[in-house]
Amino acid sequence: MIDFIQMLINGVAVGSSYALLGIAMVIIYKTSEVPNFAQGEMALISTYVAYMLLEQYQFPSYMAFPLSLVFAVVLGCVLEFTVLRRAKAPSVLGMIIITIGLEMILMGLVSWKFGAEQKSMPFPISPYDSVMFGDFFVSTLEILTLVVALCAMIVLFLFFRYSRLGMAMKATQQNPVAARIMGIRTRRILMATWGISSLVGASAGLLISPVIMQPYMMWDPMLKGFAAAVMGGMTSLPGAVFGAYLLGIIENLFGGYISIEFKSVVAFVVIVLMLCIRPSGLFARHYVKKV
Amino acid sequence: MNPLLEIRNIETYYDLIYAIRGASLTVMEGSVTAILGNNGAGKSTILKTLMGLIEDQPDKGSILFEGQSIDGRDTEDIVRRGISYVPEGREVFEELSVRENLLMGAYVRRDRDGIRQDFERVYDYFPILANRTHQWAGTLSGGEQQMLAIGRALMSRPKLLCLDEPSLGLSPLLVKEIFRIITQINTEGVTILLVEQNARMALNIADMGLILENGRFVMKGSSQELLNDPNVKEFYLGMQDESSAKGYQRWKRKRRWR
Repeated sequence: MIDFIQMLINGVAVGSSYALLGIAMVIIYKTSEVPNFAQGEMALISTYVAYMLLEQYQFPSYMAFPLSLVFAVVLGCVLEFTVLRRAKAPSVLGMIIITIGLEMILMGLVSWKFGAEQKSMPFPISPYDSVMFGDFFVSTLEILTLVVALCAMIVLFLFFRYSRLGMAMKATQQNPVAARIMGIRTRRILMATWGISSLVGASAGLLISPVIMQPYMMWDPMLKGFAAAVMGGMTSLPGAVFGAYLLGIIENLFGGYISIEFKSVVAFVVIVLMLCIRPSGLFARHYVKKV
Repeated sequence: MNPLLEIRNIETYYDLIYAIRGASLTVMEGSVTAILGNNGAGKSTILKTLMGLIEDQPDKGSILFEGQSIDGRDTEDIVRRGISYVPEGREVFEELSVRENLLMGAYVRRDRDGIRQDFERVYDYFPILANRTHQWAGTLSGGEQQMLAIGRALMSRPKLLCLDEPSLGLSPLLVKEIFRIITQINTEGVTILLVEQNARMALNIADMGLILENGRFVMKGSSQELLNDPNVKEFYLGMQDESSAKGYQRWKRKRRWR
């Protein structure tokens, strides 16, 4: 029983970083119907920027981390502006290919600039510290990840619900032409979307970096985040979050009881099953258009 | 009265399709102007060209709003100059609430008090919307969506309101109601450019009417003149002098009339 609960806790903890990446993907997918496969690598670059600021320029961490998050926002906007917007009359498939290409370029850039070997991030919290709750261990890093994920969710919820920009983003997603008629500058909205999404993704990257830091570090979490987003229906933020936690828990239970080797594959099995049973995802709201 | 909007000899292409073949029109400040025509005549295309919704169009000609050229500009800028557009088929934001839809209508404005006043004004025109404030727009009936679309367009405090087929798919009673409100909006100082298939309703509230055929205006005049014109009567109002056995002759006459 203790094992079981410990596994649940670990599942929730790992689910938090999936949730952040899932949210990041959903934000972009919602406005442009493009799953952004460069999401992980955008976070990767931002993480390495934090590393560079800390190691090479000796910035204190309270400056380095915010600066790298600012960098993430700028990076997102710049990529949208310089790469994706240049696509002439793009199809969704074309856009997906562009993001995959972008992903490879960014990863190559990191390997070239920083080297492909494992780095150790001078993170203020060690991943090996943990707190005991009764019989259970929770690492402080996991608690931090959980808190950050919860904060991001709350802030995003409020943002989309009450802010003018958030509402304009939803409007643009639902009906781009009508949004333009309202005077919403839809291209800028798209750019802002990329900025925000990159910010959320980068925060996940920073939280993963103390455990593993090398150019491939975002691969696995990004795919899991994507899986979580698909599970939640790709357009629903709560759906992605729920999917992420579910995935984290299933993964850990599977690893604990059945097979540790196939632990990271189980996510994709779950997705396949999911898509067979409910192709639109758990949380997709299907609004049937009146003709 | 000054001309608020002047369209001068515009030509619009959809790729290779030559949709508007040189059309000019003037909308006087404070008036209601109606553009009538059959399916595919190009009525909506004129409005879309005006709003800058068709990329790189108009191909030729110019559009002046308050004396300044607006052709070739971005839709977002055209809206900010004071033109509002109610698209054909309503196009409300289906998964936003009624209130949020109206807020989006006021997106170009910053004055909170003014926006609050305009909320009141729109709810005055359309009391039904006030009951549905927090409902998703997609769950409204067609008529309510049309009202919402008009209300949303009014939220930017436009000088010119362009309506594309406000009567589309509505019951006769609702059509009457909508047209009554359009007249009311006009008397409160908003100039109106109306595109309609329902010629009789449109001419009843319009000051000026234009008839569009195959991308050209074939007739312009005050709505009284148009209502009394024998050709308009026959082709657009559905009144016939003789029995329809002479359909072929009618068709020939129509060809010549163009």
